[in-house]
Amino acid sequence: MPNYFLDNADIQFHFSRLDLREIAAMQEENYTQAKEFPEAPVDYDDAMTNYRKVLEVVGDLAGNRIAPRAAGVDHDGATLADGKVSYAPGTQRNVRELGQAELMGLIFPHTYDGLNFPFTIYMMAVEVMARADASLMNIFGLQDIGDTIKKFGTEKQRRQYLPEFSAGVSTGAMALTEPDAGSDLQAVKLQAYQNGDGTWFLRGVKRFITNGNGELLLVLARSEPGTKDGRGLSLFVCRSGKTVKIRRIENKLGIHGSPTCELQFNDTPAELLGARKFGLIKYVFDLMYRARMGVSAQALGISQAAYDEAYRYAKDRVQFGKPIVSIPAVANMLIEMRVTLEANRSLFYSAAQCVDRKEKYEELAERLKSEGKPFAEEAAKAKQAARVANLLTPMTKYVLTESSNRISYDALQIHGGTGYMKEFRVERLARDARITNIYEGTSQLQIVAASGQVTNDILREYFDDKEAKNYRGGLVMLAERLKEMRHIFKTCLAYVMGKRDQSFVDVAAKDLVDLYSYLYVGYLVLDEAEEDARKVFIANRYILSALSQSRKCAESITNGVFSDLLHAEKILNVN
Amino acid sequence: MISSIVLVKQVPDTANITGNVMQEDGTVNRAKLPAVLNHEDRVALELALQVKDQYGGAVAAVSMGPPRASDILRECLYMGADSAYLVTDRKFAGADTLATSYVLSEAIRKIGPFDLVFAGRQAIDGDTAQVGPQTAEKLGIPQITYVDAILGVKNRVLTARHRIDGGSEVVTCKLPALLTVLKDAAEPRPFKARRVMAFKGAKSLLELEKMAEGNSLLYIDKLVHEFQSRSMFIPTLTMDDLQLDPARCGVQGSPTKVYKVESVVLTSDGRQSVPPTKEGLGSLIDQLLADHILG
Repeated sequence: MPNYFLDNADIQFHFSRLDLREIAAMQEENYTQAKEFPEAPVDYDDAMTNYRKVLEVVGDLAGNRIAPRAAGVDHDGATLADGKVSYAPGTQRNVRELGQAELMGLIFPHTYDGLNFPFTIYMMAVEVMARADASLMNIFGLQDIGDTIKKFGTEKQRRQYLPEFSAGVSTGAMALTEPDAGSDLQAVKLQAYQNGDGTWFLRGVKRFITNGNGELLLVLARSEPGTKDGRGLSLFVCRSGKTVKIRRIENKLGIHGSPTCELQFNDTPAELLGARKFGLIKYVFDLMYRARMGVSAQALGISQAAYDEAYRYAKDRVQFGKPIVSIPAVANMLIEMRVTLEANRSLFYSAAQCVDRKEKYEELAERLKSEGKPFAEEAAKAKQAARVANLLTPMTKYVLTESSNRISYDALQIHGGTGYMKEFRVERLARDARITNIYEGTSQLQIVAASGQVTNDILREYFDDKEAKNYRGGLVMLAERLKEMRHIFKTCLAYVMGKRDQSFVDVAAKDLVDLYSYLYVGYLVLDEAEEDARKVFIANRYILSALSQSRKCAESITNGVFSDLLHAEKILNVN
Repeated sequence: MISSIVLVKQVPDTANITGNVMQEDGTVNRAKLPAVLNHEDRVALELALQVKDQYGGAVAAVSMGPPRASDILRECLYMGADSAYLVTDRKFAGADTLATSYVLSEAIRKIGPFDLVFAGRQAIDGDTAQVGPQTAEKLGIPQITYVDAILGVKNRVLTARHRIDGGSEVVTCKLPALLTVLKDAAEPRPFKARRVMAFKGAKSLLELEKMAEGNSLLYIDKLVHEFQSRSMFIPTLTMDDLQLDPARCGVQGSPTKVYKVESVVLTSDGRQSVPPTKEGLGSLIDQLLADHILG
């Protein structure tokens, strides 16, 4: 009876040190909601008890029901027949039980039958769920679609759509990508037009739509004919039905449980969501924070599952008369995996809380404004959190999804030939991990998104404070290493900026973002090491390893290796 | 509208047995095992909830057990039971199936009118499968045991399928009736998050007394009142509440005496191959007869 929340010591560690006081109070409107809703908490302790108890339900479902079905879901996959998508039988049961357990409206307000949980707790639930079945994240983790309706829709739209999500009778999809508009969403062509009475209709094709068979679709469409850029795009909500044809579903490497659809909209009636022309530049960008975090949670869940498989196998597998875990090279791989996993989790929950703060302060400022009350302080806090979130969310997605690939790769490697076989779970994990650093923005795009904040060194003051802090005992040595890393970063940044060459900034961005992530995560794990003796090992390995990586980054930035980009054509164009 | 009562029991979690749980004498060290809702009782609750989903009505969960059995009653509330009752008294301790079914049948009468009583086929600890049938007898109502599906209820007649040796049969019976349920009759639904949040603080009288420790009886009354008003009270029924005959309760009312508990260690000593011929099989049967394994 494994409970994927309770059996995970590191998640328990993070849960126990969560400080959601500020966030929960805003979320529950200072606990005034308890009068109206019996499930609403009466104070902070009560809220935390709710979060913990519901995460226990999530962990139980994940460990005891969803995980045992995951191999079947991967084998059966979603199917398309007569224009209708069917989930794998295991997925169907998963979706039904998630609805029964009232977990599909985790982040929606009580009044729309949701649990009104903070984003951070939702992310914890997604991580736990993804460890059981990564493909299920693409249904369970799409609650952000409802969140977008909550934030930008009208009250009528909220009343109409959110309870359907909460009850689990409807799932959603975010229809953004088109054949010629992938990473570059400004190129979206799907047409939105109005008839005489003002009703909107959609016409055109969307491709690679995760869960495109969902009942409620958010569609990015060109509402301003003749425009070419993002400012001509608006966001619409519509129902699937006869006018939305599912032309095909993709035959994919992994996440077989999640149907990826090509949709053809044939004059589909739709409602405008929010204001015209703000579809991409406001609503989709806003959604991106949460979408990046959702995929990061998925990657983290896969990493945890892959590590578990690898460690279990290494303890059981005997070669040369002993379990292979006692072979130093194997033990070293496992330590590297474990440390990466835990460091990733620290980054993840730090970023999740930052997004939470940003969203809650934005909402609060908005509400105060609408009530004619002063809101400058709240708006400033929202803005500050958004600045950090602009760095942390792309950094998290980049770091966690790349790690997930490496951890599942190494986990398979530890299995040897056995790991290459379908009978072993690690084979699926390695395939499922592969999409995480591609969709919702490739790693390369995450680096672009983060690099502006990195080149502006937006955490300068934060790192100054950390450097001034007195760490105890053996941690002093690690704090010194972090200072050394910061020196390397500053030197590299000055070198890159000194070139005054944007194309050089572009190629050096990866190393700069890496350096910045080592510093940020390094301080996170160092602070954790102060609280928990076990974490000293994690901090030690992470920081020493990051220092050696930092030196490599510095070397590639400064030794001229990128100069051959000028000759790319000559190098590449060889028959 | 069908109102149901589901009998539930807290049992040791035998699915998670670790090394030091079994004692030398062959008994189980209960303190070392977590206590859980007996799985077949959970299935029984699921069936009762399905009946409610289809026909309307209400579901009450009832457990006879020590004070900590309120843990599983809260779980019943999380799954969707409308109410939960704890039947508890020190004088119930040591009850066998006869005494237990006496207490439960009286508790059911007290709780009120019902159409169906559900119970798991048997509890994982006693494995007797007797409490359900004996309770039906004492209530004077028909029973269907080993139910694996409810096929419908019409004009107060229930149709169910139940397992018999080598197959199953479909039977009907008039309401009210008692059903004992097999583990594969249904997959229990998960806990409902909002009910977990709402009912996590539901408390039995004994738990409220503990909360009120050192305070006056008046204070306990106030607490009970407060918890009742928030639908957070798990009503608690004792021997006095049920006006029971002490001679029929607990050890006193239990004719079953455990004579001996033996720790049986299964060992195998060697293999014997038998030629697949008439003679070979004949000699095998002779030997099995001689060893009193057959016959």
